[in-house]
Amino acid sequence: MPRLFRDEEIEKIEENLERWEKETLPKSLKRFPERMEKFTTLSDIEVDRVYTPAHIKDFDYWEKLGLPGEYPYTRGIHASMYRGRLWTMRMFSGFGGPEETNKRLKFLISHGETGLSLAFDYPTLVGIDSDDPMARGEVGIVGVAVDTLRDMEIIFDGINMGEVTTNMTINPPAPVLLSMYVAVAEKQGVPYERIGGTTQNDPLKEFIAQKSYVFPPEPAVKIAMDLIEWSVKNLPKWNPISISGYHIREAGSDAVQELAFTIADGIEYVRQLISRGLDVDSFAHRLSFFWDAHINFFEEIAKFRAARRMWAKIMKEWFNAKKERSLWMRFHTQTAGVSLTAQQPWNNIVRTAIEALAAVLGGTQSLHTNSFDEPFRVPSEFAAKIALRTQQIIAYETGVADTVDPLAGSYYVEWLTDEIEERAWKYIDRIERLGGMLEAVKKGFPQRELTETSYKFQRDVDEGRKFIVGVNIFVDEDVDEIRNVPLLDFNQEEIEKRQIERLKMIKSIRNKEKVESALAELERAASRGENIMPYVLSAVKAYATLGEIMGSLKRVYGVYVEPPIY
Amino acid sequence: MIEKPVKVLVAKIGLDGHDRGAKVIARALKDAGMEVVYTGIRQTPEQVVLSAIEEDVDVIGVSILSGAHVHHIKRLMELLEKEGANDIPVVVGGTIPIPDVDKLKEMGVKEVFLPGTSLKYIVDVVRRLAKERSSVGGHN
Repeated sequence: MPRLFRDEEIEKIEENLERWEKETLPKSLKRFPERMEKFTTLSDIEVDRVYTPAHIKDFDYWEKLGLPGEYPYTRGIHASMYRGRLWTMRMFSGFGGPEETNKRLKFLISHGETGLSLAFDYPTLVGIDSDDPMARGEVGIVGVAVDTLRDMEIIFDGINMGEVTTNMTINPPAPVLLSMYVAVAEKQGVPYERIGGTTQNDPLKEFIAQKSYVFPPEPAVKIAMDLIEWSVKNLPKWNPISISGYHIREAGSDAVQELAFTIADGIEYVRQLISRGLDVDSFAHRLSFFWDAHINFFEEIAKFRAARRMWAKIMKEWFNAKKERSLWMRFHTQTAGVSLTAQQPWNNIVRTAIEALAAVLGGTQSLHTNSFDEPFRVPSEFAAKIALRTQQIIAYETGVADTVDPLAGSYYVEWLTDEIEERAWKYIDRIERLGGMLEAVKKGFPQRELTETSYKFQRDVDEGRKFIVGVNIFVDEDVDEIRNVPLLDFNQEEIEKRQIERLKMIKSIRNKEKVESALAELERAASRGENIMPYVLSAVKAYATLGEIMGSLKRVYGVYVEPPIY
Repeated sequence: MIEKPVKVLVAKIGLDGHDRGAKVIARALKDAGMEVVYTGIRQTPEQVVLSAIEEDVDVIGVSILSGAHVHHIKRLMELLEKEGANDIPVVVGGTIPIPDVDKLKEMGVKEVFLPGTSLKYIVDVVRRLAKERSSVGGHN
């Protein structure tokens, strides 16, 4: 094995470490006793006092790292990374109606945002219309309300869809929203081959974490695979899925679980697509990922690097992918919403900056930075601008983007990358023995793991084993600071009313027969087990509503109700 | 005489699926010796009022992270009053701006827990509210 360190050198370091522990260290410990008995990462990985080549003595440079843009891609998927093209600064945004969101997108573009990312409101996320009784009070709050193609036309009014790429955080109704996007792009005269962006379309993590599921697990996966199959054949630039660790982490997992569960989700999807008769190299290059960037700096960087290495290995060795791009783990990152505090909220700007830095040092392809006011509400323009500027400062002032994977070779970072990878493989192995992630989800395995980890974390915070400034240390009793945060203000009731009126208007002017026949055809196609995408697209173009289309699918596939276990 | 354990309904009202907080709190209340009924996500105020009465709970805890708290809690409080169950104290937790904390308290919510509240504090508040209710007689 071609190892990076010679045996004599390791021996010398080990001998010296032993000596150092006897001679140098005790003197220091006497003067400065260590702050804690045991130091751990956020994921409870024990951290040593100092790292040396002895911690990674078998380190094989070519097996572990290679060069950037080459297998196993630990150092990055592109040869010169950010020296050529910076990551895409993609701010997750949307609130109110299509009008408010169109204005926000234009505001962000005018301030240097380089990609769009749409946040939908809850009724849209769970596939119901704004006039549904369950939607009362929820329209337009956490994202933009979309009921029909008309809403998507307004969102993209004056934005050239041939020139921007758009991420849509949408899951069960992803076929509907993608169809709307495609239909509006078509109206703008943009050819299919230039339509670029991402649909999240990751059903398994909905059951594990995000809980905006609609259909039961099997049909949910089937529909998601329909979208992927249709997209790789029709939209060469579209990322039809964003396999998401973000929500898993935010729902309480640690970094290892985030990595393992997400990769296991990815493995399940690859198997599903192959079982449809697709060649792995026909779709693997369009799969994308989505990670959380939490506050434990080095652990996150190690996680990103391990993720790339693991995925490349899986695609190459398990699935026998041949094309280079099939081995790339391309990913979006979002700073950790869950790390933000309601207490002393301005401190969140600092947290976000540190997390964003970890994402960049970890080689992300695109990045969303949270706004400091998000423990309370969707961000104000002012707060969103600071978050975007945070990325620009990292990109243009700090110099961290000027060389590829600058932390490679750090004994600690390489040790931690290996450690996280090893722990993640163990989890993946357990999931494999359960029959893969779809089966594991049906058995509630990842759900239970998350419940345990999140409860433990909360107790660690409560009992002072983990620290959060402003929450369990450096606490401030003064709540005026919170009270004075300038929050986004909009009249939700007005927006809800306007949205319902527009829906009513569209329903009155559309061709009723065309809508009914498109919906009936969709239902029949779904019953026959066909790919639903072409039928959803036809229904969308006829101005069928999101709720109507989802209703047709619910009649065929049923709905999921989670057992209320805690 | 053995004291009857405090019985709490932990409910998720509205469409959001953020159940991390609700589950962690349900577990903490249970570990503190209380009896906990967890509704699961996407409940309506109507369902929650029905569960609270059927289960005869001492306290209702509602978790909302969708921003729709003012709308849903208003409806919940109206329904509790209509059903004559407004003696059951209600506490709310979630991503709630301070001005809305005031609004919720005006509606009769006993306590609003912002992100970062310790489990111990929540357990203490729930226990106190249950005790206050039983000492003033409550229903039954």
